[in-house]
Amino acid sequence: MSDTALLFQQAKRAWIIAKKDIRIYYSKGPVIIFGILFPVFLFLAFAVGRDLPFEFLIPGLLGMVLFFTSTSISPAVAPWETQAKTLERLISAPLKTHTIILGDIIASFMYGVLVSIVPVLAGVSLGIKIRHPVVLMLGIILAGFCFSSLGLILSAAPTSMPSTIMMLSVMVKFPVVFISGIFIPLDQLPEWGRVISFVSPLTYFTDIGRQCIQNHGYFFLGFDFLMMLAFTVLFLFFALIIHQRTMPKRI
Amino acid sequence: MTANDSMAIQVSSLTKNYGKLTAVDRVSFDVPKGEIFGFLGPNGAGKTTTVRIITGVLKADKGEALVMGHEAGTLKAKQIAGVVPEMANAYEDLSGWKNMALMGELYGVPKNVIKDRSEELLNKVNLYSRKDESARTYSKGMKQRLILCMALISDPEILFLDEPTAGLDVQSSRMIKDFLLEFNSDGKTIFLTTHQMEEANQLCDKVAILDHGVIVKIDTPERIRTEIKGMHSVEVSFEGAVNPHFFNSVSGVKSLKKKGDKYRFYTDKPGSAVVSLVNQASAKNKEIVSLNVLSPSLEDAFLALTRKKES
Repeated sequence: MSDTALLFQQAKRAWIIAKKDIRIYYSKGPVIIFGILFPVFLFLAFAVGRDLPFEFLIPGLLGMVLFFTSTSISPAVAPWETQAKTLERLISAPLKTHTIILGDIIASFMYGVLVSIVPVLAGVSLGIKIRHPVVLMLGIILAGFCFSSLGLILSAAPTSMPSTIMMLSVMVKFPVVFISGIFIPLDQLPEWGRVISFVSPLTYFTDIGRQCIQNHGYFFLGFDFLMMLAFTVLFLFFALIIHQRTMPKRI
Repeated sequence: MTANDSMAIQVSSLTKNYGKLTAVDRVSFDVPKGEIFGFLGPNGAGKTTTVRIITGVLKADKGEALVMGHEAGTLKAKQIAGVVPEMANAYEDLSGWKNMALMGELYGVPKNVIKDRSEELLNKVNLYSRKDESARTYSKGMKQRLILCMALISDPEILFLDEPTAGLDVQSSRMIKDFLLEFNSDGKTIFLTTHQMEEANQLCDKVAILDHGVIVKIDTPERIRTEIKGMHSVEVSFEGAVNPHFFNSVSGVKSLKKKGDKYRFYTDKPGSAVVSLVNQASAKNKEIVSLNVLSPSLEDAFLALTRKKES
């Protein structure tokens, strides 16, 4: 089999894994709680009672929803499969480890992208104008992939307890939300806060959202995309390496 | 290692360490195509680790394994094998039918073939009528039958099973064994691990006995049984109760066990022991209800071989 045919075959099988994840995990309670309800209530706690314009709120809500949803499936699949004793069957199938991981990322990515349409539509129905819809769409796609890859790193610990991973990921996700310019714009953060925010991929997606909706941001748009891409490559690289090592320890 | 066309599995000096523990220690064996090969051993002997290395789930620290001439763990080796892992489960959120479809798709089986084979396989194991129900509602035996069908959806050339009938009811266990014999009758190779000597005896052309990660014997079940000297036993039952001290005066008794309403003693001279037993019973007015001379079972052989290693 040629390299191209092999690549095509494994890509097709990654999609089959993703379809399986969609069927099984999208409706799981913890995914809905941590992926959808959690960011929405967190956002409401921030927004209700304050006189903030929707142009400011919607990019933040979009960033938070995409971040939480995209990182809600990928960390949970591995411990769930370990707990349900379905992982060994999957590893012994003609799949590369990368294929299994890519399948999980695709399922997580699609969940994030689909759910993130809701705040966009909510914004539009509230009269917000999206000035660069194509750029926003590209940003959502790249960020969805980036956050899904990050989610997979969060599930690196070879445990069979999804709750352990969920708690661990909330511990990581919470601080990231607070330093990414969602609640406080970057130019209003203190110097030290701004420096910390540069290491969060969510900072750059929120900035893309603000540029597409508020028509101004902190960075150049090209720089935002470049940083998102760099984070995606980095997360994907580490996710593949870590899972290659830890997957046999799960069985 | 050079691939041999007549061999389904070739394993050479396979070694796997977990820290200081050597789980599999320079294990070597070949399995000819079309054979049912059994891997026997007590818990912790290294059976599952060996299967996991050959099926590509784990990597060996040393040694090599070939499956139908392909290096173990490669996509080619995985593609031609069906696997029923120990303690494996089907996806409980999916129906039996969707589990079959998922596995078929992962092996690249065309959709129409998946449909036909799923129908055929599920019918054979009496699951077709419940194909649309979630696997969560299946009993343990039904799940194991489903997992076996999932392993066969790609029509593999070789089937690996790790403890396939452990903890199953008699009906499911029998169904799986019949199924395996039918699969083998088509010239397919089966590699199975088991604790159950009777299962190995009924199914396997050849068995390897593994203990502490080392193969202590490889041969046919029959030859392994007959090679164990001094392990003949006599099983006897009496009308009414008999005290174990009765056997003190029977000649040639090496050890004695009570088994339900019978006694079984081991001897290396079964003929003279039976004569002595009958004379003793007659002298003490004990009526013998049944008397059987038994050659060593595979279980006896297994215990003798693993005990020898320990001593």
